[in-house]
Amino acid sequence: MITGFILRALEGKIVVAVGILLAVAIIVPALNLLTPPDSALHIPTYAMALMGKYLCYALLALALDLVWGYCGILSLGHGAFFALGGYAMGMYLMRQIGSRGVYGNPDLPDFMVFLNWKELPWFWYGFDMFPFAMAMVLIVPGLLAFVFGWFAFRSRVNGVYLSIITQAMTYALMLAFFRNDMGFGGNNGLTDFKDILGFQVQAGGTRAVLFAMSAIMLALCLIVASAITRSKFGKVLVGVRDAESRVRFLGFRVENIKLFTFVVSAMFAGIAGALFVPQVGIINPGEFAPANSIEVVVWTAVGGRGTLIGPIIGAILVNAGKSYFTGAFPEFWLFALGGLFIAVTLFLPKGIVGTIQHGWNARKALKAAADAEKGRDAGALPAAQQAQAAE
Amino acid sequence: MNTIAETRAKSLLYLEDVSVSFDGFKAINSLSLVVEPGELRAIIGPNGAGKTTMMDIITGKTRPDTGKVIFEEMIDLTKKDEADIAQLGIGRKFQKPTVFESHTVWDNLELALNRSRGVFATLFYTLTAEDKARIEEILTTIRLTHRKDEYAANLSHGQKQWLEIGMLLAQEPKLLLVDEPVAGMTDAETAETAVLLREIAKTRSVVVVEHDMGFVRDLGVKVTCLAEGSVLAEGSIDFVSSDPKVIENYLGR
Repeated sequence: MITGFILRALEGKIVVAVGILLAVAIIVPALNLLTPPDSALHIPTYAMALMGKYLCYALLALALDLVWGYCGILSLGHGAFFALGGYAMGMYLMRQIGSRGVYGNPDLPDFMVFLNWKELPWFWYGFDMFPFAMAMVLIVPGLLAFVFGWFAFRSRVNGVYLSIITQAMTYALMLAFFRNDMGFGGNNGLTDFKDILGFQVQAGGTRAVLFAMSAIMLALCLIVASAITRSKFGKVLVGVRDAESRVRFLGFRVENIKLFTFVVSAMFAGIAGALFVPQVGIINPGEFAPANSIEVVVWTAVGGRGTLIGPIIGAILVNAGKSYFTGAFPEFWLFALGGLFIAVTLFLPKGIVGTIQHGWNARKALKAAADAEKGRDAGALPAAQQAQAAE
Repeated sequence: MNTIAETRAKSLLYLEDVSVSFDGFKAINSLSLVVEPGELRAIIGPNGAGKTTMMDIITGKTRPDTGKVIFEEMIDLTKKDEADIAQLGIGRKFQKPTVFESHTVWDNLELALNRSRGVFATLFYTLTAEDKARIEEILTTIRLTHRKDEYAANLSHGQKQWLEIGMLLAQEPKLLLVDEPVAGMTDAETAETAVLLREIAKTRSVVVVEHDMGFVRDLGVKVTCLAEGSVLAEGSIDFVSSDPKVIENYLGR
């Protein structure tokens, strides 16, 4: 049963993408660590960190594609799940600092000492343990998505209304996390990390492993997403997107279908956030900013929603563009982003991958029709034949 | 005359004194209707007579303000939602053909099959030989075997209507509600649809809402005429169409 589920995931394009990701997971760290800095093949550490960041963004875009591209839920608050996963990781990293903080308090992170707190708040318990923190990376975003989705989907909040409340959710969380007395470092967030699992966060080897983990987790999540979308459940999901009432009148519980997908997607986003934080070295409430979540929508739309691979490509391309633009013409980046979104909506509504796929299918159909006309290979081309018969 | 209890006991679907109003407008006004097991029933009536609202009530989309809606003698449909009611065995065809356009004809039918519909059951579902045979059987019934691998979006209007009927068959309902199945069909398609519906009605109850009087005559079944939310007349097509109230309210216009 499970093997069938996973095997179904491994369709051609997905296998290629997973292969590329795994190759990247090995080659990039190897070129960073094993080649001398003056070699032509050397990948500098800053570049690897940047690429690691892109991979985390790609995973976030993949998460959004699952709910938006396949289920039609346009979430404008996916940054919240990403940030929550990031905070869970950040809390673990804060606890690893121990007495090496500025104030040298072995029990409390610096910001708590600064706020004159005497003991660790209850919700920080357990975050000194890596497995617990990793479980929280999944559970906290998943639980928020579950509670949020439970109410939203049960009361049949749809379309733009749902988008607005997801946006409100991330905005509310941002305001909450900005407050010092929330106990998450307020404005400054969590930073000054030292160790992860006993390894120095800043060390070259640790960075290489974090980069490799980002690529591997992205590959794993891609396989899971592909398995979900290619199962019968995935077909129901597309049904919900295209004709929700039909699905309902066929006897499916649409609210459960949406809830499951939303929770899985939120967990993907949480994983992305958790991998992001040790690579950039900080998590602060700015990650909850509504604009971040909207950017994710742009990446997904540019790459091609409902294609799984598209959002990964979109996230990497747009962010690479952003890195270049903010360096070369810092004042134009936001215009470029806005222009890109408009251009994609107008000229490439299916996104890059969607358009390529569409063009490919059209060409195949055209070729099949031409072949059928010549009377060649008639048996192998039922679709074209029928098209002719119907005429 | 049967007593009310006897009528209800014999019925598959039993509506008694059902009313619903939207913003003060009485869409359904103390409507009573009985559908027996294995019956094919046609419902006619002018626009705004409450035909679609009645279907909304039966399928759980709209809750009636008052009245009873009973399925199979004892199940109170007013307490259930769309998914429950569909699982109980009431299928519904919409006025506008509603199929999953980005799925193939085959996948449309596979999704509609009356199998476990839970999240995990569908995640780990694999097509069994039995399900495959069932889908092929339905494809033959709805005359779409030759187009099974095509996207539903590429079907003609009439074929989409049939596909939707096929999806309802796959659902194995005890009662099928069909809203204007021949709207926009050619004459040949209309005639074939009448044959198809009569075939389907051999094994289950079917309620057809239709404007096309020729089609209703073709079906040759008991007709209920609705107007302003309640039953105006009921009986054979000749009986109903000669009723002066029906002529005044519907046919005469």
